[in-house]
Amino acid sequence: MNDMTERKLALSHMWVAFIAFILACFMGEYQVLERSGLIEALDSPTVYFASVSTHGVLMAYVLTTFFIMGFGYYTASTSLKTPVWNKNLAWAGFWLALAGVVIAAVPLLLGLASVLYTFYPPVQAHYAFYVGATLLIVGSWVWCGIMIMMFLQWKEQNPGEIVPLVMFATTMNAMLWLWTSAGVALESLFLILPWAFGWVDTIDVGLARTLFAWTLHPIVYFWLIPAYTAFYSFVPKHAGSYLFSDELARAAFIVLVVFSLPIGFHHLYMDPEQASGWKLLHSVGTFIVSIPTFITGFTVIASLEVAGRLRGGKGLFGWIGTLPWTNTMVLSVILSLLMLIFGGWGGLVNASYAMNAMIHNTAWVPGHFHLIFAGTTVIMYFSIAYYLWPILTKKPIYSNNLALVQLWTWFIGMSIMTTPWHVLGLLGQPRRISSVVYNNLMTLSWEPYELLMIMGGLVLVGSACLFIYLIFKTQFGATTEVYEAEVEYAESYHEVKDLPEYLNDIKLWNKVIAVLMFISFGIPILQFFFLDTYDSSAWGY
Amino acid sequence: MHIDPLEKKWAQIVLAICAFFITIIMIDALFHSVNAPSNVETINSAKLHLSEEFAEDNLGVQIDEKGEITIRMVAGRYSFFPKKITVPAETKLTFRWVSIDVLHGVHIPMTNMSTMIVPGFVAEIETSFPKPGDYPVLCNEYCGLGHDHMWSKIDVVEKDQWQAPQITSKGGDNK
Repeated sequence: MNDMTERKLALSHMWVAFIAFILACFMGEYQVLERSGLIEALDSPTVYFASVSTHGVLMAYVLTTFFIMGFGYYTASTSLKTPVWNKNLAWAGFWLALAGVVIAAVPLLLGLASVLYTFYPPVQAHYAFYVGATLLIVGSWVWCGIMIMMFLQWKEQNPGEIVPLVMFATTMNAMLWLWTSAGVALESLFLILPWAFGWVDTIDVGLARTLFAWTLHPIVYFWLIPAYTAFYSFVPKHAGSYLFSDELARAAFIVLVVFSLPIGFHHLYMDPEQASGWKLLHSVGTFIVSIPTFITGFTVIASLEVAGRLRGGKGLFGWIGTLPWTNTMVLSVILSLLMLIFGGWGGLVNASYAMNAMIHNTAWVPGHFHLIFAGTTVIMYFSIAYYLWPILTKKPIYSNNLALVQLWTWFIGMSIMTTPWHVLGLLGQPRRISSVVYNNLMTLSWEPYELLMIMGGLVLVGSACLFIYLIFKTQFGATTEVYEAEVEYAESYHEVKDLPEYLNDIKLWNKVIAVLMFISFGIPILQFFFLDTYDSSAWGY
Repeated sequence: MHIDPLEKKWAQIVLAICAFFITIIMIDALFHSVNAPSNVETINSAKLHLSEEFAEDNLGVQIDEKGEITIRMVAGRYSFFPKKITVPAETKLTFRWVSIDVLHGVHIPMTNMSTMIVPGFVAEIETSFPKPGDYPVLCNEYCGLGHDHMWSKIDVVEKDQWQAPQITSKGGDNK
């Protein structure tokens, strides 16, 4: 199969993702420096909040969405062994999303949209920011449509056959993203855009926050699923083994997708506009969605153990040493799981209905999501890139050893940066401040931790630069060597026979999600049309 | 469909862990009333000064005939008003927070006095402070470029040293 276009699609999307990433990394280091107050000349809330807003948008929306789209196009076409459906449409989606990014970037960089990446009303940004963000989402919907179309067409052409696990996961993610983004899309189209254009004077802040909370939790699973897909579909083969359980992997993806949606109110635990019964209901779902992560940890570690034993590892822990630690995919999954264990534990604290009051909106929260997103998730984006780049460019990786150094330094830097960040939260430091001006003795205890964070950030920036250097050198370096290989997906330890249809299709789960969403968001949204609510006018910042 | 016996065992352990956490949360919420602030009470944030409850001379600490203490606070860029209040330790306190402008959050570090203050709503919390001391009251949601400066003070004094504010004819207190 001539997969020129597929490779070009994947590379274009991923380059946008990683360029956004490296720009945002430098902003991150500037922010941690500015915030510490160490260099007086840097002190400026205006620049700081413009930078934080841009950093958040680039990392959380641009890096993720473009990486996921590029990864999805390539894995769909290689696992189903068909070309991407409607390539022109795929390119249209790419350009639409990219145009959205540029349109949003202009006000962000000019300081006209310093509303942070959560853009909570009634603080209002320049309307171009909302228009750009909306276009990015619409562009990503094109990708969702294409993934679901390819899934359905393949099933029609191969009746009774089992959809490859990687495609099943990607399609579930596309469906998840359509459901997830619906919340913020409703907020954007019906509340924010009319208000930002000045067609209406006021905005229902409680309703806006409720709709945003709909999106706010499942979005992190949208970002995480490519990492889990790599855990299940790439790691076993790289470690020299088999996937421990194909069926349970599918079950894990299903529970992850279904239960990540009706639980967004754990972001609203501290909000006065929703009643405690709804919050409790969402907190139960929040614990249920931790189950597939526990299962994933088990299945991936079991697959690694099989590999270690096949390579001669003996005893209870002997198999760990015999794993191929110099394989970037294997190293990254080990480091990723380590960060997941600590990050997941922190997440259980956030999820706990009452305990959350101690850490809500403190520095603990960005500490947590940097560990679990920039750590656990993004380190897998790196190793996926190291695996795919030679295949996509048909050139060997520039240096495997440097790639190993890059992964280790990312892990070390992330540990140095996020540990003190968590501690600062427990010591009461709020998350979204640009300097510490509280005239209180308590703040003295914060200083050493802020210095540690600067160190961690420096290591991370170095590691990020090395990553960009490596993929750049691989693609554009002067080598005559040609690398010919195809993507290989893990084989199952037990052969998969007679898979029940509910583990092979998305239709049933789509209906289950609809019911759960109606139960958990129906009344909480409708209440704003029955309560005597008072809307807010727009405020600058 | 094949499920390994080890996987089954692990799945059972995981279910037990989750059930354990959920049970604790439910018992605390349903039987000990440990709940997040969730009173769903609306108010017109643009007309607080005309409202009876949050008019200027009605803010701060008040004690009623039954000895119940209520603290009414207004959050606005960039402070919490009144800027300094004094409350007794080890006593049940009811805080009622409203915003005069945008979204704010308030947290008194090392305590569970934490809530979002959403314009259009009253955020009510019951709490008590076990230890006397000078605590900062911090805004923990980005509310504008001056957000860093949004904080005030709360003085928690020993229970027997606390002097109840005088009940005025309006039931107000503006110290």
